[in-house]
Amino acid sequence: MQMNRRRFILTGAVVGGGVLIGYSATRPTRHRRANEELVEGSERFITSFIKIDPNNEITVYVPHSEMGQGIHTSLSMMAADELDAAWENVIVEQAPAIDLFANGDLVKGFAGEFGVPNFLMGLVNASAFTVAELMNLQTTGGSSSVRYTGEYAMRTAGAAAREMLINAAAARLDVPTSELSTELSHVQHNSSGRTLSYGELAADAALLEPPEDPVLKDRSQFTIMGKAISRNDIPAKVDGTAIYGLDAHSEDMLYAAIRLAPVFGTKLVSVDATQALTQRGVVRVIELEDSVAVVADNYWRAKQALALVNATFTETENDNVSSADIAARFDKELAESNGSEDKEVGDTDRALEEAVDVIEANYRVPYLAHAAMEPMNCTVHIQGDRAEMWTSTQDALGMRGRVASVAGLAEENVIFHQTYCGGGYGRRLPFNWNMIDHATLIAMEFDVPVKTIFSREDDMQQDYYRPAVHNNFKAAFDDNSNVIAWHSRFTGPIQVPGASHIPYAIENQSIRVVDGDTHVPIAAWRSVDHSQQTFFTESFMDEIAHRAGVNPYQLRMDLLQEHPRHRKVLEVAAAAAGYGQNLPEGHALGIAVQESFGSFVAEVAEVSMGEDNQPVVHKVTCAIDCGWAVNPDTVEAQIESGIIFGLTAAMYGEITIENGAVTQGNFPDYEMVRMATSPEIEVHIVESGEALGGLGEPATPPIAAAVTNAIYILTGQRVRELPIKNHDFALSNPVAQV
Amino acid sequence: MATFKVNGVEHTLDIEPDMPLLWAIRDELGMTGTKFGCGIANCGACTVHVNGNAIRSCVTPVSAVEGQDITTIEGLAVAAAGTTSSALDLTAVQQAWIDHQIPQCGYCQSGMIMAVSSFLASNPNPTDAEIDASITNVCRCGSYPRVRKAIRALASA
Ligand code: FES
Ligand code: FES
Repeated sequence: MQMNRRRFILTGAVVGGGVLIGYSATRPTRHRRANEELVEGSERFITSFIKIDPNNEITVYVPHSEMGQGIHTSLSMMAADELDAAWENVIVEQAPAIDLFANGDLVKGFAGEFGVPNFLMGLVNASAFTVAELMNLQTTGGSSSVRYTGEYAMRTAGAAAREMLINAAAARLDVPTSELSTELSHVQHNSSGRTLSYGELAADAALLEPPEDPVLKDRSQFTIMGKAISRNDIPAKVDGTAIYGLDAHSEDMLYAAIRLAPVFGTKLVSVDATQALTQRGVVRVIELEDSVAVVADNYWRAKQALALVNATFTETENDNVSSADIAARFDKELAESNGSEDKEVGDTDRALEEAVDVIEANYRVPYLAHAAMEPMNCTVHIQGDRAEMWTSTQDALGMRGRVASVAGLAEENVIFHQTYCGGGYGRRLPFNWNMIDHATLIAMEFDVPVKTIFSREDDMQQDYYRPAVHNNFKAAFDDNSNVIAWHSRFTGPIQVPGASHIPYAIENQSIRVVDGDTHVPIAAWRSVDHSQQTFFTESFMDEIAHRAGVNPYQLRMDLLQEHPRHRKVLEVAAAAAGYGQNLPEGHALGIAVQESFGSFVAEVAEVSMGEDNQPVVHKVTCAIDCGWAVNPDTVEAQIESGIIFGLTAAMYGEITIENGAVTQGNFPDYEMVRMATSPEIEVHIVESGEALGGLGEPATPPIAAAVTNAIYILTGQRVRELPIKNHDFALSNPVAQV
Repeated sequence: MATFKVNGVEHTLDIEPDMPLLWAIRDELGMTGTKFGCGIANCGACTVHVNGNAIRSCVTPVSAVEGQDITTIEGLAVAAAGTTSSALDLTAVQQAWIDHQIPQCGYCQSGMIMAVSSFLASNPNPTDAEIDASITNVCRCGSYPRVRKAIRALASA
């Protein structure tokens, strides 16, 4: 990606004589007007700070949420390496949720890749939503932190600081800068053997003009990046001291349990709380537009009393809607609507007409909940015209702004307390406001902190879901069994453009999207559209290979001549998994590949059928080309996590709708992969040296098709509908692997 | 009234006998290391030890632990050292969690560590099948492969 822009580096002195160095990006090429207006107050574009104290302690402020992706560690590694800092003396701090740390750079990264930050914009009315607003978010999502904040802010700030420290040392020692080098937080004058610590130079450096365009290291010069470094957030996560949003606590705190309208979009009509109000510890019953809440001095008491509240909600046209109705509507839409163009190449209709052979298949996936381990919660303490808040989030500034607007307060009067985040996966992004809004409205009735908590059932039934999608495919073959046309029609919306596209060299391609809107609220879900689309496209590619009588791996390789990075990860994963070699009796391999968020991932699943006629996934071998690895152990952990997240969805995940509302309530009906069902995972990092790719999401998309492609070989049954658990594999008819 | 010890300290609370231990620990005592995940004994996030045995505190009424010794994640190291001093070193299990870089979001890990600690105390050399049958906690971040490696390393140590 070309990032053709000026960089602003800002510096200042800190109390006690240190230096503070920040990086600020300039305007992107698009959306010029919005940014020209904003760029004047350039401080709001600062995305990173490095602070060097006189005692040579270096603090890196990280403007992203730590959700388990190891971002605090990776980003500070990037700054520290460019700075030539001694890693032991680097402290990482969460940047506060103030405008100074808004991620304009994240937005620009997306602007470069997609035109607009689609992982956020797909769900909102784009016209009501400007880039200027996005600048004020502090988002962690879209597998973006290392790619954008890291590459464009952290490294630049580190390199700038280093140059300024060298300049300060040159003046102090009265030698040319060319005679100076840096190592382990010191500047050295090699010929005289004199050294000065960064801390000794920081006050002087703070007075210098920052360099216009600091030179970043070549990969061969890295001393910290590229090493498997222990994450700094882990010690607190093994001794119980890590604080999450749910852990906000004070002596005078009150707790709210809430019942939202079960059918999305309906309103509260009446409440009978007579009995609830007599219960021990109950302070108040609060009626909101779409919900009723019980506030008590303990969450359990609030929850118990809520069960005694009778509430009625408005009737709506959706009260009788079921998953079957939604499916029928999707199918009708696919049959009757031509939809709108997603991608057109060649003349697919004609190719289908003239083809010697045509295959057709219908795929579908259900709605999915995020089900982060930490149920949604938010604590708000209104204090006159000020407020404090605590919530686990992927966007601190966005949450602060939302609480301010709901409570009618000035944004700067709301203090956001950053905590660790017990899983996000897209649920804790802006615009999924239901918990934040409710917690704020409830807290406005009190002058003490009120913690509103979703029970697991609330969390599952009041989510913003991964969209259910239906996809109709056709493929055409010529008389040599070459695939010559790819026809895809799917229900939208498109949240991430390009997810439905294929890298394969097929002459005629027609990909169109039809309306898939329902009353069920939707949002980004780990890897967004890639999670559904990769299951569809990589399964149908397998169907094409089997129909053509070509080995599925080989067909992919043949059709990917123009895509060396896809080929390479396929090759590495296949070789490592023993693809094409003898397997244990009753085992089969399935393969799938996908590019998403700038990374290329191939996965090979080794599967057998268990005694209950359900598949057992023994091992997943994964190859990822994410450019290069900032912290290889973190890369591996994210791959393992992404695969298991995708495997849970493939095997068990389904949110169904009955009478307009979500049927599932807790983990038994929304089952998870656990120890007993978790495969062995082997990760191979392919270092192409290309631009950094994302890590949090790209491992999720390929796993479903990798598993179902193996199931096809084992059983002869093509799984075209997820989850896998709903299929009966009793009548198996194994297929010979070509 | 409910009386029980948490990490060696005795507490007498004026609470309902059917209040789950989880909410007594979190909301009444203000100790937040023990997590709420499902409330129905399914996910294991709320796992604590009662006299050394792992239980799921979200469905355990305080009346069931009257007079008992509760250990939470905050007190695990001290309990293992057999002292109530404040020398808070880590247990071998906790150290293995750092060595294998297991936690991601970390939210499930208090419960995971409590479950594995009591499991290994009673079965120091488990087979894979025993691990699968006993460690049923949910980790939405999918730390299972690393948990398994850590358990194996602890078993062979
Ligand atoms: S919260 Fe107790 S088992 Fe899930
Ligand atoms: S580490 Fe996130 S749920 Fe286990």
